[in-house]
Amino acid sequence: MLELNVNGRTHTVDVEPEMPLLWVLRDHLNLLGTKYGCGISVCGACTVHIDGEPVRSCTLPVSEALGTKIVTIEGLSQDGLHRIQAAWIAHEVPQCGYCQTGMIMSAAALLAKNPKPTDADIDKTITNLCRCGTYARVRTAIHALAEDPAPIVPKNP
Amino acid sequence: MTLAMSRRDFLKVSAALGGGFVLEFCFPLASAATAGAAASEVNAWIVIHPDDRVVIRIARSEMGQGTFTALAQLVAEELDCDWGKVSAEFASPNEHFKRNRIWGSMSTGGSMGVRSSQDYVRKAGASARVMLVMAAAMQWQVPASECLAENGVISHGPTGRKLRYGQVADAAARLAPPQDVQLRDPKDWKIAGKSVHRLDIPDKVLGKPVFGVGGSLHGMLHASIAQCPVFGGTLRSVDARAAEKMRGVKKVVREKDFVAVVADSWWRADQALGKLAIEWDEGGNGSASNQTVQAMLQAGLAEADLPQARKLGDAQAALAGAAKVIEAEYQSPYLSHATLEPQTCTAWFKPEGFLEVWTSTQNGEASMEAAAQASGLPLDKIEVHKMMLGGGFGRRGGPQDFVRQGVAIAKALPGVPVKLMWSREEDMQHDFYRPASIVRMKAGVDAQGKLIAMHTRIACPSILKVLMPKMLGKDGIDFSAVRSFSDMPYTVAHQQVDYAMRNGHVPVGFWRAPGQQNAFYRECFIDELAVAAGKDPVEYRLAMLKPGDKNRLVLEAVVKAAAWGTSLPSGIHRGVAVVDGFGSFTAMVAEVSVSAAGKVTVQRIVVAIDSGYVVNPDTCRAQAESNVIYGLGPILYQENNVKNGRIVESNFRSFRLPQISEMPKVETVLVPTGGFWGGHGEPAILPLAPAVCNAIFAATGKRIRSLPLKHHDLRRV
Repeated sequence: MLELNVNGRTHTVDVEPEMPLLWVLRDHLNLLGTKYGCGISVCGACTVHIDGEPVRSCTLPVSEALGTKIVTIEGLSQDGLHRIQAAWIAHEVPQCGYCQTGMIMSAAALLAKNPKPTDADIDKTITNLCRCGTYARVRTAIHALAEDPAPIVPKNP
Repeated sequence: MTLAMSRRDFLKVSAALGGGFVLEFCFPLASAATAGAAASEVNAWIVIHPDDRVVIRIARSEMGQGTFTALAQLVAEELDCDWGKVSAEFASPNEHFKRNRIWGSMSTGGSMGVRSSQDYVRKAGASARVMLVMAAAMQWQVPASECLAENGVISHGPTGRKLRYGQVADAAARLAPPQDVQLRDPKDWKIAGKSVHRLDIPDKVLGKPVFGVGGSLHGMLHASIAQCPVFGGTLRSVDARAAEKMRGVKKVVREKDFVAVVADSWWRADQALGKLAIEWDEGGNGSASNQTVQAMLQAGLAEADLPQARKLGDAQAALAGAAKVIEAEYQSPYLSHATLEPQTCTAWFKPEGFLEVWTSTQNGEASMEAAAQASGLPLDKIEVHKMMLGGGFGRRGGPQDFVRQGVAIAKALPGVPVKLMWSREEDMQHDFYRPASIVRMKAGVDAQGKLIAMHTRIACPSILKVLMPKMLGKDGIDFSAVRSFSDMPYTVAHQQVDYAMRNGHVPVGFWRAPGQQNAFYRECFIDELAVAAGKDPVEYRLAMLKPGDKNRLVLEAVVKAAAWGTSLPSGIHRGVAVVDGFGSFTAMVAEVSVSAAGKVTVQRIVVAIDSGYVVNPDTCRAQAESNVIYGLGPILYQENNVKNGRIVESNFRSFRLPQISEMPKVETVLVPTGGFWGGHGEPAILPLAPAVCNAIFAATGKRIRSLPLKHHDLRRV
């Protein structure tokens, strides 16, 4: 039995220590917002926070996450909508949306450390892959968040 | 402004074993979902609740292109309801068949979601509005002509009385629909034509499990699959002894052309899959390679008599008499779709003899039929829950391989829901690829360099032959293989287009803007002709486009928006292309730099699109951005190579996807001229490769006649 701290709660899971964290989250804790895309730490659809750092959970053995604080998209916000998620809605960032939870986790980690990132900072840290081409809007939303810490979700006309 | 409750709450958290949650798919049939709370189905498309909430049913799929919202806008526009009270849900494929295909086509491809259903969904909205007015008029006992419906409220002019839609929906639902309805002039639109926020986005950013891989059912098991690495091969034998002993493994399912391991988590299933000793019968294709594909296509080009996809004038005679003949051969490789969500299907044979399926599909009807075939059950005993797609791009429409497999696997475990998900490697190596093709173009020009005759030979596998054989013409011409040549808009008196269908063993399929390779070939070749004539590429094209041709209008629009002909910063060069397709007309200017080391950077794309009408301008711009990044990968580095009958590339290291740093600035100019309905999901990819490659020629003097660019040496010498 392994103890994991996920989104502020302690979970006990009976899994192999080498099982990647992604599959513990998805198939054992039913936290389905974190996605599988490649299984080789390239695409970033599986990005979660471990002690505040963005980590690709598809290749991280769960044993390496013991004793850490894991945050997934489901736990990003205390009140249901994180300011980054609000900005993502305001700027209509997602298309298919599959990569976006990982993208949001990467953006959240970037902004927590660097509240006003430059384009070069974004290029370096947002290495998540999006097949639909939301990159321009990801960049716009991150820059907007740097200017406005509390974006408001707009109402439709 | 969210998805209907039936979708939002399809996962209900219930008591759990082992400390975690057990989540359940709870996704009732559409009508049951909305009828329960005394809501009224005014017609098949529209359900209105007593509190005025409006649920609009959507028959097409949502893969990020925005159709889910755009169709809701069109219905809401004619219904004239309060958009703030609108939600949308997918129409039930099971009910669709029970009700004699009441929602029309569920196929979502060819950029047709909006354009091929706009007429009947708008009529559904208008018809419901008339019924609501009639119901109010009957309640007031006044002529309907004295009543007006607006923003969800019906008013009686002479007395000023008002009734909300929710108050009369039940009575309206009992009335016969009107025989004929008037549709609004798009210039009067209030909801359609506006950049309303997409209905599907909030759930996606919150990480709600809306995708095919998203859901979980109580007691659900997981499957990972291996298919014969050589296309067309079959399973000979499997030694599963080691795998069966592994933790969590419940079953090894053997089928004719695949083997799957079912376990209590996907990772355990996949680990055990790796421990199977599998022997495949590779069939006769184990030696196929890039070279055999090349030889097959070249043999097609060399054929004496080929069916003709276009014949205007006498191209051969005109070529013989031309002042000069210019020839070129272009080609493209196979390409995988690489949807970020791999192929997936959850299936559950329920004890009462009903099959439920959850999948990311571009065609709910095709998924139903695949499930019926694989299960042996009639359609009325099957429900396909259409989930949001983690990318589609043509992969999940015609081919329903993942549904057939998911159902076959679950059939081996009756009563147990099983979620099949392909690994990335399976996904990349078992696609229905964009066809590899080779095209030879021969142009006859007069003394001034004007194009007077063109003979094009196309060797290309047929997508229709694989996926829709009934749609092939009698002469064996596949429209998707010959487009952009068979319908070239340039006024060239003598044209001949020959098609050599050469199929090979690699399965081909609809890949975003099928036939787009031809746009690359044609528009680069036209550039070659312009250069040979010493003419500006824009002027050269305009001289061949009739006044009023919409290709001409978008070309003029993009020239203006991109300030074609003005000076650029040092090192940046422009290329242009204009292509129509998928109902729209699209012209593009690419601004490109090529470093001394030969690295190509696409700096800026300006694109002008005439789609006739625009339902959601922001979504249309997003689709242009999407087409640019989706199209950039195959220009720079993507390809699928064939070796030993297999696809060589297996994951995103060997099949790179562009990153955020590679995203060019995209400026989209929407120039809808009205009178027709064009698409947006694909058109903007058509002129991309030629515009970029024409800019590379402007930058380097090197003519790119094959992609990807990684095979070309563009270093400055």
